This record gives sequence, structure tokens and C-alpha cells, in this order.
Amino acid sequence: MSAAGPLIHARGLVKTFGDLTAVDAIDFDVRRGEAFGFLGPNGAGKSSTMRMIGCVSPPTGGELGIFGLDPVRDGPRIRARLGVVPQEDTLDNELTVRENILIYGRYFGLPRREARARAERLLEFVQLAERANDRVDALSGGMKRRLTIARSLVNDPELLLLDEPTTGLDPQARHAVWDRLFRLKQQGVTLVLTTHYMDEAEQLCDRLVIMDRGRIAEEGSPLELIRRLSTREVVELRFEGATPAVDAARLNGLVARTEVLPDRVLLYTDDGDALVPVAHAQLHPQSVLVRRSTLEDVFLRLTGRSLID
Amino acid sequence: MDYPLRAYEYYLTSYRRVWRGSVVTSIVNPVLYLTALGVGLGSIVNRGSSPLGIPYLDYVAPGLMAAVAMQIAAAECSWPVMAAVRWTRQYHAMLATPLRARDIVVGHQLWVASRVASSATVYLIVIAAFGVVRSPLGILALPVTVLVGAAFSAPIAALAVRVRNEATFVALFRFVIMPMFLFSGIFFPVARMPHALRVVAYLTPLWNGVYLCRNLTLGTAGLWLSLANVGYLLLWAGAGLALAFRFYRWRLVR
Repeated sequence: MSAAGPLIHARGLVKTFGDLTAVDAIDFDVRRGEAFGFLGPNGAGKSSTMRMIGCVSPPTGGELGIFGLDPVRDGPRIRARLGVVPQEDTLDNELTVRENILIYGRYFGLPRREARARAERLLEFVQLAERANDRVDALSGGMKRRLTIARSLVNDPELLLLDEPTTGLDPQARHAVWDRLFRLKQQGVTLVLTTHYMDEAEQLCDRLVIMDRGRIAEEGSPLELIRRLSTREVVELRFEGATPAVDAARLNGLVARTEVLPDRVLLYTDDGDALVPVAHAQLHPQSVLVRRSTLEDVFLRLTGRSLID
Repeated sequence: MDYPLRAYEYYLTSYRRVWRGSVVTSIVNPVLYLTALGVGLGSIVNRGSSPLGIPYLDYVAPGLMAAVAMQIAAAECSWPVMAAVRWTRQYHAMLATPLRARDIVVGHQLWVASRVASSATVYLIVIAAFGVVRSPLGILALPVTVLVGAAFSAPIAALAVRVRNEATFVALFRFVIMPMFLFSGIFFPVARMPHALRVVAYLTPLWNGVYLCRNLTLGTAGLWLSLANVGYLLLWAGAGLALAFRFYRWRLVR
């Protein structure tokens, strides 16, 4: 495949484990230089897809090409050009921060001197230089994540796979990770990430697919998806006491869709400012909030509000 | 051979933190065993005409050398393998790089072999100092001991990568390793056991290692029987390695 072709090419990709179909015939392409997201609830098939791209899980069916190579036959050659940030850390807690990067560089066959130089540079990049000689088990969760990212860059990968890069991190730590990923993107590294955080997807992804039960439900840029599948704005109403029944027809045709939740009512509209006085007059809410529609609205509309574990 | 050596280097790096303790153990342990068994127990066994025809220390020491290999192999390929799959997840870290499952197997096995080799070297020097090594052939006990290690480490690693429950290891040590240690001709000739048990003993890799090590240090090794011992140990190591390749792949690449 030419250099202009997609970095990852999947057609009818399937992964089954016994009777369970984790990935159910999905199609997608990832282009060089973009940040591509897999979004979806737990069990949607995101991690299984990532493991197939990482060449540690042979596809059950369909086509998958990475750099134009076959992940089953050319695993080592593909992995030599990949960086992987797994969902569960695989750092060695007994070793120091620096040793973790050095040994990983050696797995890629880097000469010692080169691995050492890269380790210094990468520790600067993730702001861990002053912790280089500390054992990993002394680090916070956010620092470990940053170290995992630094480690995944030791082979100068063309493609970085991130499986839920900020799950379990506090807000500061999440922003620190996003900041680093954003810089990598600017440097031209192709990012493929999974997340169930909508704000993360909106922040980082140029393009994303929303997965649900092993299938791709929607595909597009965050903005496109919001435009196509939600309205421009959402008006949130809260009430004192019981939530009243809402008849969208009586709201002057301003409301495309309503959703009644236990604690509030959501009115999906393209003109929040026009809707507010009407809603006040008709429904007498205790409070009204107008906000931009987000990917979260799209996501919940597609995958529903029921809890999936 | 380059890829397995990259995995091997990981163990070397980790070991640098703990090597002092393990060097002390590998010197102090044989000295304690040899003093208690060879000198202490031996003073009773050797009284009168020795039924073994040689001093008890000369009898027991080479057998213990083979047993050291078994113990190191079992210790290094049981919990550490499970840990590398589940807890520290180092195998997964390696597999995210160009290394393949079989490189991970060979790297780990090479590491265990070097642990056995270094302990066996210390052991051989200690027993030579006790005056037990009667033949220059005794130096060959060193590679034989490494082979005994491989005859255990490869099949145990293949088992360990599959097991779901730590209780399997407890059972392995209680019902396989410990009885083998006691009944494989280290402390008394298996010829003293009932016929059925004797056959079982001959089939253990440990008996083959013990018998061969002793024949080498005493200088009584016959060529064909020794080759049979070596062949049998190679069979265990080879079959174990083939199983390990398969099971590592099954467990890690799925």
C-alpha cells in the first residue's frame, strides 16, 4: 500500500470469544496525522479493536491492515512502529522511572546509549525528569500514566494507541495528559484512542466512531455528530417538586426533542434564547439553564441511558 | 536469538536489585546442607562398614546439586510467570514491542538457566572444597545441572502460564517437587524402595539428574547410560519448551 493510503484499514472486522461477539463486522480507516477515537460504553468492543490493531489479538474475520501490513503475519514489524498505552499499566514498580524506559527501549533493539538519550528527552517531555531515579511505586496515578506515555514513545512511533488514557485520573492529571497528547498530535503523530469521556473525545479527536455492542453506530467529527444527531443547544429545566409532563407541540415548534429525567427535563433546540421565555411561561420551572449541545447528548441518545457494565 | 536476549535483559535489570541476598543464599545453603547431612548424618551412616561403599557426604552432595537446579527452576517459573501475566503484567509490556510470545518464553528460560548455572557453579566449588569431587569429570556436573533446571523450568512455565489459581502451585510443590526431592535417590539409593516406586523414581527427571551428577563427581559414569540420562532430560526440556511456546501464545495472544 502506498504512503498515501490509510494507516489503518479495516473492513468487516470481527472478533469473537467463544459465543461472545466482541466486535461485529466494523469498517473504518485511520489517516496519517489524525486523532481518531473509539467512543462507547463498557463492553462496546473498543478494547478488543485496540488489541487487534496492537497485533496481540488475531482477528476472527474480515480485513485489517496496519501500515499496509498484515497484523497476524507481520506483528513484530508493525509493533516496531507502534506505541501502546494500555488500559492497565504494565510498568515495573520495582524499577526506577528511568529504568522502565531504558528496558523498554531495549525491547525495541535500541543501543544503550540511544535508549538513555531518549529516556532523558522523554522524561523532560512528560515532566518527570526530576523523578528519574525514583522507584515507580512511589509515583501517583497521573505520573504513572505520563510515564507510560513517555515509555510508549521510546521507539518514535508513527502511530500511538491509547486505551482509555485518562480513566481514573483526577482533573489536573487528565489535563496534563491531554496537554501532552495534544503536543504529540501537533508533531504529526497519529493518535488512536478509546474513551468513554465525551469531553476527552471532543478535546482530542478529529474524527471518531461511536461503538455500541460491537458495532459502529455513528462516525464523523465531533461537530458533525452533534449537528447531525443533536440540536445546537439544550435547555435544562429543573422543577420544585414533581416534574410536569411536557408537551413539545405547545412550545411554539422550537423543540426538536424532549427528554424527561428524574431530576430535570431536557429540551433539545436550535434556539435556546427564544425558547427560554416560552418555557418559563408554559412550564414554570424553578431554574433554567441553556447550554451547548455536547457529544454526551449524542452518545446518550445513541446508546441509551441504561447502565451497561 | 536477538529478540529473546532483549527479554533476558529485563530479568538481568530486575535482578540487579536483589542479587546480594541471592548470592549469600546460594553459598550459605549448600554449606548448611552439607554440614548437616554429610558431616552430621554421615557420621552415623558411615559407622562400621558403609553400605554405600563411599562416605555419605560423597554420596549425598552431587545429588543435592541436581536438587538445587530443580528448586530454582520451580521457584522462578511458578509465581513469577503468573505475576508476569497478571500482576506486574511484564509479559504484556514485552508483547507490545517487537517481541513475540516465543521470545518471551526463551528469554525467561535463558534467565532461569543462568540462575541455575551461577548457583551450580558456587555449589560445585563448595563441594570441591569439601573434597567430594573425586574425578575431573565432575566439571561436567555443571552443564548437567543446567539441563536438570531446564527439564523443570520449561514444563513448569508452560503449566504456570495456564493456571487460574495459585493453589495449583501449592499442590505442585507439595505433591511433586517435595516428594521428588525425597525419593529420587539423593539421600538413599532408589534400589531400597519397592519395585513400583523404583520405576516411578527412574521416570523422574530429577533421578536422572541426580544419578548422572553423582556418577560424574565420583568418576563412575558409563558413556551409554549417561547419554540415556542426558537424552531423557533433553526430552523433558524440549517437550516443556514446545508446550510453553503453545501455551504462552494461547494465554497472551487471544
